Amino acid sequence: MTLDLPLIWAGLIAFAVLAYVVLDGFDLGVGILFPLVQGEANKDEMMNSVAPVWDGNETWLVLGGGGLFAVFPLAYSIIMPALYAPIIIMLLALVFRGVAFEFRWKTRRGQFLWDWAFAFGSTVAAFAQGVALGALVQGIKVEGRAYAGGWWDWLTTFSLFTGAALVVGYALLGATWLILKTEDHVQRRAYTIAFWAAPLTLAMIGVVSLWTPFLHPLYVARWFGWPNILLAIPVPLLVLAAAYILLKGLTERRETSPFLAALSLFVLSFIGIGISFYPNIVPHSVTIWDAAAPDNSLSFLLVGAVVLVPLILGYTGYSYWVFRGKVKAVGGYH
Amino acid sequence: MLPDITALDLARMQFAFTVSFHIIFPVFSIGLASYLAVLNGLHLLTGKAVYLDIFNYWKKIFAVAFGMGVVSGIVMSYQFGTNWSVFSDKTGPVLGPLMGYEVLSAFFLEAGFLGVMLFGRQRVGEKLHFFATLMVAAGTFMSAFWILSVNSWMQTPAGYGMNAEGQFIVESWWAVIFNPSFPYRLVHMVLAAYLTTAFVVGAVGALHLLKDRSNQGARVMFSMAMWMAVVVAPLQIGAGDAHGINTLEHQPAKVMAMEGHYDSHPDGAPLILFGIPNPEEKRIDYAVQIPYASSLILKHDLTAPLAGLDTVDDALEPPVAILFWTFRVMVGIGFAMLGLGVWSLIARYRRQLYSAPWLYRAAILMGPSGFVAVLAGWITTEVGRQPYTVYGLLTTAQSASSIDAAAVGTSLVAFIVVYFTLFSAGLFYIFRLMSKPPHPGEPGLPTDEPVRAGGIMPAPAMDAEGDGLLNDQGGRA
Repeated sequence: MTLDLPLIWAGLIAFAVLAYVVLDGFDLGVGILFPLVQGEANKDEMMNSVAPVWDGNETWLVLGGGGLFAVFPLAYSIIMPALYAPIIIMLLALVFRGVAFEFRWKTRRGQFLWDWAFAFGSTVAAFAQGVALGALVQGIKVEGRAYAGGWWDWLTTFSLFTGAALVVGYALLGATWLILKTEDHVQRRAYTIAFWAAPLTLAMIGVVSLWTPFLHPLYVARWFGWPNILLAIPVPLLVLAAAYILLKGLTERRETSPFLAALSLFVLSFIGIGISFYPNIVPHSVTIWDAAAPDNSLSFLLVGAVVLVPLILGYTGYSYWVFRGKVKAVGGYH
Repeated sequence: MLPDITALDLARMQFAFTVSFHIIFPVFSIGLASYLAVLNGLHLLTGKAVYLDIFNYWKKIFAVAFGMGVVSGIVMSYQFGTNWSVFSDKTGPVLGPLMGYEVLSAFFLEAGFLGVMLFGRQRVGEKLHFFATLMVAAGTFMSAFWILSVNSWMQTPAGYGMNAEGQFIVESWWAVIFNPSFPYRLVHMVLAAYLTTAFVVGAVGALHLLKDRSNQGARVMFSMAMWMAVVVAPLQIGAGDAHGINTLEHQPAKVMAMEGHYDSHPDGAPLILFGIPNPEEKRIDYAVQIPYASSLILKHDLTAPLAGLDTVDDALEPPVAILFWTFRVMVGIGFAMLGLGVWSLIARYRRQLYSAPWLYRAAILMGPSGFVAVLAGWITTEVGRQPYTVYGLLTTAQSASSIDAAAVGTSLVAFIVVYFTLFSAGLFYIFRLMSKPPHPGEPGLPTDEPVRAGGIMPAPAMDAEGDGLLNDQGGRA
């Protein structure tokens, strides 16, 4: 029996990246929304809603990056220099934001500074991630075993648009999370914001979806070629279904369904990107199998991943369970 | 367009800066996690409240240091790809899985139990809380184990082959992980972490004893730290000697540069205590030396021949001017630590340990010395590996991405600005915590902040004047 280890690992790393995007997505979103909600007590409430889980969410980023280096070293060594600026900006913004998260509680005088750092860091990190994603989708120039493009190749109209789209999308995730976790003033503000963010997010998903096929003929063949279209067509249909549930949930003032629908939008968009990319890991030239390290490296790490990833998921789930229910502005969780 | 060499230098500076910044926190975390586990265990065994007080005191400091270690570590995990992409491609199949294990096992073990250790004593009971503390300490060891295995493999590669794409591949995981220099480096580094932490704890104890000799918590801290100095400093000197002999076997040029041996000595080499390296003339000016001592230390034989850098190709010569000094700084601090330990033994013997102001002043002065020694030691081993990243197989110049000097320079400046801003805030909180004396009934972490699930940095809230703690019920109005 032989396992297709590169394919298994591609699935695992895709899962880690998706886990990162949806989990850190909503807490980055809360940071993006920070300037839109007034009053220190309300800000405390917002922060409390993500404080117990945010750093657990961020560890998926380390897992994704570390996994890429271990399993697809060629892809790691091409993608990182290609996305040099957005990656570095993202890292700095996340450092900034993570520290602001903690120091905001330590001081009264400097609190507004840390508030500002938290909002700024969250927004910049989200934007940089969106730009990096757009740059990846539009393709990376490779010669031999290295990145062959310039230092500004990542910067295009398309990647700036995907950057803005991810900020809006994270804001929607953050707003629907707040609807789920808060009450009274913050929740009312979150509904208002979500009413704006939801149609905007859907429109931006639409624009990116229509724009993508024009970037490369491979994408056209993948989405509109026969018989691929049969496999691809459920994705946009499901997006429409999620959009309907989201808007219905917001109008009917439901608390849980908007968040789940917003998460579904992200998962479906991610699957859409997967359909576009497969079998490449670096569009449009390096496949999963080209980039994979030898099988004995993959199997060596797989043993650990099979044992530890379920444990990690278990305690992540447990911490969400422990901190379930509504948050309060003062006192955090007791 | 600046020439390529500058871009490479900038990438090296960026790595040196970010890794030096990062290493400070793990060193402190490794030592402090074990210290916390010991305190927790002693409290369980003896039931003495003072141990719990000190535990709570250092726990707060641990949380801040750990958080800064995690944040600065994320940057390290991406830097290999951005600045050293050729290195990443070639060594990924060997080093990637080891780093993957570091992330998987250690990080999640720590993150999983850290919340319980910091907040959970009342919630989970004493025994489970002690277990969580042990797990956090174990997690710091796992981190050290895997990362030092990676670094040691770069110094003394083993168990590898090459494939058609020019990548290193693994022939034997056992040989890769337990490569020739790994056991020595691991012991040397863990002892360094213990010593460093002991001297920080000792300095804080001494500071409060200077102010108030009767402070029970400060007495226990200081006494424990001084015992550590007495026991661990000589062990560390022995471990360092063994590590040096191992280095001589696998990386002779590094040892020649450390010792300042430009010339070969066929019948016994002197130990150069001090001097000024003169790279142009290839000699050590104004050398103060002990005849035959270098051969005695490295070969355990007075007249054993020792080759010098005259046997090494100029292009493969590590920078003597740096290594000569960093090595001496490290060794000097090691012996100074031993000296302080002996001084404390004499004070103990004369029953003056708790009335020795000059000893306290010396201990405060020595407080940060462990960090200096650790940095000097790492500079010695890393610069001594030059011109290679993987010793003898892959040069540093070949390892870099085809980087643009402007891009690396800009990001270097950004890192320096952000790190100094944020980490000075962190250090400010740590110093603030250390400036308060430990007292009976030492509170744990403030409960007016949210409880975290993972790697967290709660320091006590400050009031508007910026001094003193809010009381436990104070909350935030």
